[in-house]
Amino acid sequence: MAQELAARGEGDVARTNGETEPTAFTFTPAVDIFEQGDTTIILADMPGVAFDGVDVTLERQVLTLRGKVKPRAPEGYRRLSSEYREGDYFRVFTLSDEIDQSKINAKFKNGVLRLELPRAAEAKPKKISVKAA
Amino acid sequence: MRNQPIGEQNATDRFFPMDYNDPFAEMRQLQGAMNRLFDGGRTPERSGTYPSVNFWAGQDSIAMSAELPGLTEQDIELTVKDTMISIRGTYPERETGDDMIWHRRERPTGSFLRSIELPFRIEPDHIDARFEDGVLTVEMQRPEEDKPKHIQIKSS
Repeated sequence: MAQELAARGEGDVARTNGETEPTAFTFTPAVDIFEQGDTTIILADMPGVAFDGVDVTLERQVLTLRGKVKPRAPEGYRRLSSEYREGDYFRVFTLSDEIDQSKINAKFKNGVLRLELPRAAEAKPKKISVKAA
Repeated sequence: MRNQPIGEQNATDRFFPMDYNDPFAEMRQLQGAMNRLFDGGRTPERSGTYPSVNFWAGQDSIAMSAELPGLTEQDIELTVKDTMISIRGTYPERETGDDMIWHRRERPTGSFLRSIELPFRIEPDHIDARFEDGVLTVEMQRPEEDKPKHIQIKSS
């Protein structure tokens, strides 16, 4: 389970303060989150980001997803019209379960980040047997 | 709503030039705002306007780009006829499983078709389409006979 840290409804654009100046926009990537067995899987859309531009950090239970966009303007061309903007991606989640850090699996393909976060053994529900007094 | 960042120009302004005497201008503006609000930008359900595209102009060519994360080259179909270019595609089905518990579903699903009229005829043999990191880029050359000709001006 994942709780989003930033309050929803703030708008989809978060302007960063100087940290990523060259690109003016920072977007909230669209995500799919589901649990399968003991694993939480997060898929995040980051079109325009190259494999080496993705940064995922997990500190305690705070998961931060970052993507640095690689500008796609073709060489020698000038902009005619824009229906979408290019920008970086940023989103933070608080995970409700302890994650087994050593078993995290992260893949990036066709602009989509896929994170597999297996629950740590101690976070799995333990059955407590109740003895009759 | 990834495609409608704050600060982006009001798209309706381009198509309905505002006239201060026009009593319907405000209404149209509101309608445009509502459309954008419900469009969601990233859902291909509203056919004809998805995906969003950017255009660039080169010397004798035009380039188009669109963000289609999660698709592969095989999922996208590009067709060109005269001055019309069409992008068709289907997003892969969401993963399924018996013990699956969903928490968020924001990523686009389904199929889309968008046709765009270009300012000149495109030669199908002079198209270079690439798909990298979820971004489709199509470079289209203007046909030779269509290019503007340089005309020599003679002095009498």
